[in-house]
Amino acid sequence: MAAKLIVTVSGILLIVLVNWYFFFSKRKKTEASFKEGRIQEVRINVKGGYDPDVIVVKKGIPVRLNFYRDETADCSDTIVFGDFNIRKPLPAFRTTSIEILPEKEGEYEFTCGMGMLKGKLIVR
Amino acid sequence: MAQDPVCGMEVNEKEAVAYSLYKGKKYYFCAQVCKRKFDENPEKYIKADSDKGEKVGEEEEEKESNSIEEDSPGLEKTAEAKKERIDLPIVGMSCASCASTIQKGLSKIRGVDKANVNFATSKATVLYQPKLVNPADFISTVRKSGYEVGTASIEIPIQGMQCASCVQNIEKALLRMRGITKATVNLATEKARVEYIPSETSLAEIKKAIEQTGYKVLDIPPEEELEDMERIVRVKEYKKLKRRFFIGLILGLMIFLGSSPRLFPWIPPFLNNFFVLWLLATPVQFWIGWQFYKGAWGAFKHRNADMNTLIAVGTSAAYLYSLAATLFPSLFESGGLRPEVYFDTSAMIIVLILLGRLLEARAKGQTSEAIKKLIGLQPKTARVKRDGMEMDIPVEEVLVGDVVLVRPGEKIPVDGIIVAGKSSVDESMITGESMPAKKETGDEVIGATINKTGSFEFRATRVGKDTALAQIIKLVQDAQGSKAPIQRLADVIAGYFVPIVISIAIATFVVWFNFGPSPALTFALLNFVAVMIIACPCALGLATPTAVMVGTGKGAENGVLIKGGESLETAHKLDTIVFDKTGTLTKGEPEVTDIITFNSYKEDEILKFAASAEKGSEHPLGEALIKKADETQVGLQDPKNFKAIEGHGIEAEVEKVSVLLGNAKLMRDRNIEVKGLMEKAENLAQEGKTPIYVALAGQPAGLIAVADTLKENSIRSVKKLKKLGLEVIMLTGDNRRTAEAVSRKAGIDRVISEVLPEDKVHEIKKLQSEGKKVAMVGDGINDAPALAQADVGIAIGSGTDVAMEASDITLIKGELQGVVSAIELSKRTIKVIKQNLFWAFFYNTIGIPIAAGVLYPFFGILLNPIFASAAMAFSSVSVVSNSLRLRRVKLKV
Repeated sequence: MAAKLIVTVSGILLIVLVNWYFFFSKRKKTEASFKEGRIQEVRINVKGGYDPDVIVVKKGIPVRLNFYRDETADCSDTIVFGDFNIRKPLPAFRTTSIEILPEKEGEYEFTCGMGMLKGKLIVR
Repeated sequence: MAQDPVCGMEVNEKEAVAYSLYKGKKYYFCAQVCKRKFDENPEKYIKADSDKGEKVGEEEEEKESNSIEEDSPGLEKTAEAKKERIDLPIVGMSCASCASTIQKGLSKIRGVDKANVNFATSKATVLYQPKLVNPADFISTVRKSGYEVGTASIEIPIQGMQCASCVQNIEKALLRMRGITKATVNLATEKARVEYIPSETSLAEIKKAIEQTGYKVLDIPPEEELEDMERIVRVKEYKKLKRRFFIGLILGLMIFLGSSPRLFPWIPPFLNNFFVLWLLATPVQFWIGWQFYKGAWGAFKHRNADMNTLIAVGTSAAYLYSLAATLFPSLFESGGLRPEVYFDTSAMIIVLILLGRLLEARAKGQTSEAIKKLIGLQPKTARVKRDGMEMDIPVEEVLVGDVVLVRPGEKIPVDGIIVAGKSSVDESMITGESMPAKKETGDEVIGATINKTGSFEFRATRVGKDTALAQIIKLVQDAQGSKAPIQRLADVIAGYFVPIVISIAIATFVVWFNFGPSPALTFALLNFVAVMIIACPCALGLATPTAVMVGTGKGAENGVLIKGGESLETAHKLDTIVFDKTGTLTKGEPEVTDIITFNSYKEDEILKFAASAEKGSEHPLGEALIKKADETQVGLQDPKNFKAIEGHGIEAEVEKVSVLLGNAKLMRDRNIEVKGLMEKAENLAQEGKTPIYVALAGQPAGLIAVADTLKENSIRSVKKLKKLGLEVIMLTGDNRRTAEAVSRKAGIDRVISEVLPEDKVHEIKKLQSEGKKVAMVGDGINDAPALAQADVGIAIGSGTDVAMEASDITLIKGELQGVVSAIELSKRTIKVIKQNLFWAFFYNTIGIPIAAGVLYPFFGILLNPIFASAAMAFSSVSVVSNSLRLRRVKLKV
């Protein structure tokens, strides 16, 4: 009986933990750095996800996101910025630059080709 | 922190790339290049280091005017300044006055001694003092006057840059060169983007300049090679995967056979030993299955969960349970359980999933074949004529305005217009048309098509990114990357899928453990693993993109460019298709259709006099007459005393015979009796033709009918569209009678006539308000607003005009058959997507509960995790294979 109780409680706790970790835990925000005052730049490492994955940029200034894909796994072979109509292949072990002019404030999600890896571009 | 004495960058001593000892002091460097420079002449940098402040100032000055620095200070003082000459190719001059505008602008610049702009050669020649002015100023001046300088731009990959100062070094070195107008180096992508004037410098010189600064220039990879690199990596990975799969298969089979002694009694008994099984299963779990752990960990760090997570957790559970049973059987026995191992489960799952990945990789490679084919079409070199010399140059250096030579059998390098020679050209790779097209002076040629029979010269009109092929590639790439709205639900689910599956698996474990039959722990474990393994978000994610990729690629191969998944999806819902008449259904040029004789004149005679008289006019109807006369070779004469009678016709004198051409009113005004022709004229008008009365020497001579005729396959295409269940409507500005005559011929039932061009949008809106899904077919320029308003805008292109903003679908060849192809393709693609999505959803929604054991209480059915993994592996393969079926669709163009 005790075993059943332990399994039930830890099962429920585990389910809560899994859902909290993947859906609700806070992610670190990273601000883009300015290069010569004309362009905001961020380097993003791609390996099983985007690192950093929440990027804060300023409105109206061109943004250059340098994606370095540090793996060959198929999942990350494409980057998609749905709101900007951008979809680009990311060749493995290379940097691919994506330039965006954020004209409106808001949060713009970017994902892998299948929508499983996620990141966010926050325009302020 | 130490300072790099060469570039001035701050370097951490411990992380410094290199250091040098000089006069007992250690100097640290950010890069090998800096060290090399230092070693060559240490004094220079130590000294520079000591008066750093001044150096910074110098550098800034240097940035402002690169050319000054080129000369030695001594020379600068001499009164007689050195002069230089530069030739700039100018683009966009349409007349001689443009030339003088540019010339004036250039002459005004300080330091310019003389500027001369030649309209005929499209060149500006500037004599200037390099100490006072930089050629970059000339370019900005030309641009300010509204013209463009024919510069080429190229991206050069550079190796060995490690710091921001390397970037500056290269940029400076490049800008110091003659003929370079712009240079920006990007450290992140390790590339320099250089804009240059090809007549002043060459790629080789640019490369040399970069290498002189101490960095290595890598070969410039054309798009194609980039693709190739990707392919090489993939092939390598594929081989590795294959090798691992086979080793895994052998080990897995041994474990599988050894695990069931009752089923396979002939197996040598040592294979039944738990420790042997453990020994065999361990490499499968951690070597062959390592990629799952690696992937799962990578995703976990980013708070993502994917396929790898499910597989890694699922197989690890089975493996660890078995390991415990192997090492501590007494623990299980004391709890009343028989120690059992499931090494076969964990190993076979891994092997089967690898097999699935192998098959999927192969199939996925085939989905992008069409775009690879397009990229492979790009020619590499061009033979151009410059300054009277023929030379072979890389295609990137061809400029607008260059005269390019093409011999039989060669690929045409860029788009242009033939200036000399004639030939036939195979354009099938761009337009999908299999018959070679005849080309002569004045005709347009498309880059990447193949010259068949003759040699010719053409003037380049579009190069680089602007060529039809480059635009097609871009369009197709964009389209292949886009998603159809139908995918949205699958995407939303994919985002939440894995954590939810993990939760279901945990719940399954708890329920089986608490309420399941004995041995509860075993049931709980196996069903937990089965749920984890059977879930397959991949099939969901692949359903639409693979079909869109194959579908749009197939379209491009047939001259049908589809803007994206959304257009593709809307196209299959269409129920109404509206055709613009002129230039879409019809050829857009009037032609002579009938000649009716009167008063014993012959057809040829009437045509000769009428067409000769029209030689003076510029009316389109006149042109049709002249064209017909040319074709039948009736012998045109020059008219005398030509006079246009506005709104009615013309009169002239040909071979001393007075000729009168025009409508019935003109004849009546001149008292020419045309009663005998009236009825025939009326019949012609009924057929949508324009009858022209011809009177010779004051006597009626006959009628010539002119009409805009239907394109060859308009009738067939309309019929096919009707068969597909679409309502076909014709939209035109013509009067009702003409419009109805044309529509009758084309087999169109509904006509909207007498529509002003600006009202076309309104008519489309009206149809939409009837609840119809409307496609508009028209040319991309005049009909742009209507195309944009329609649910699907289909632009009929011709040759090189590819990028049509307003349209969803562009038909490269101006044939209506493409409309049928586009709609057929859309229907097929959407059908495949629906099948894929159904399969993927059905599979997951049915598979997961069965794996969890919901059928067990009723039917005693449980899913063995090994079967679960086989089902999972083949679900994504089946989705991709289903999409690949689209490659075999036959589109008749």
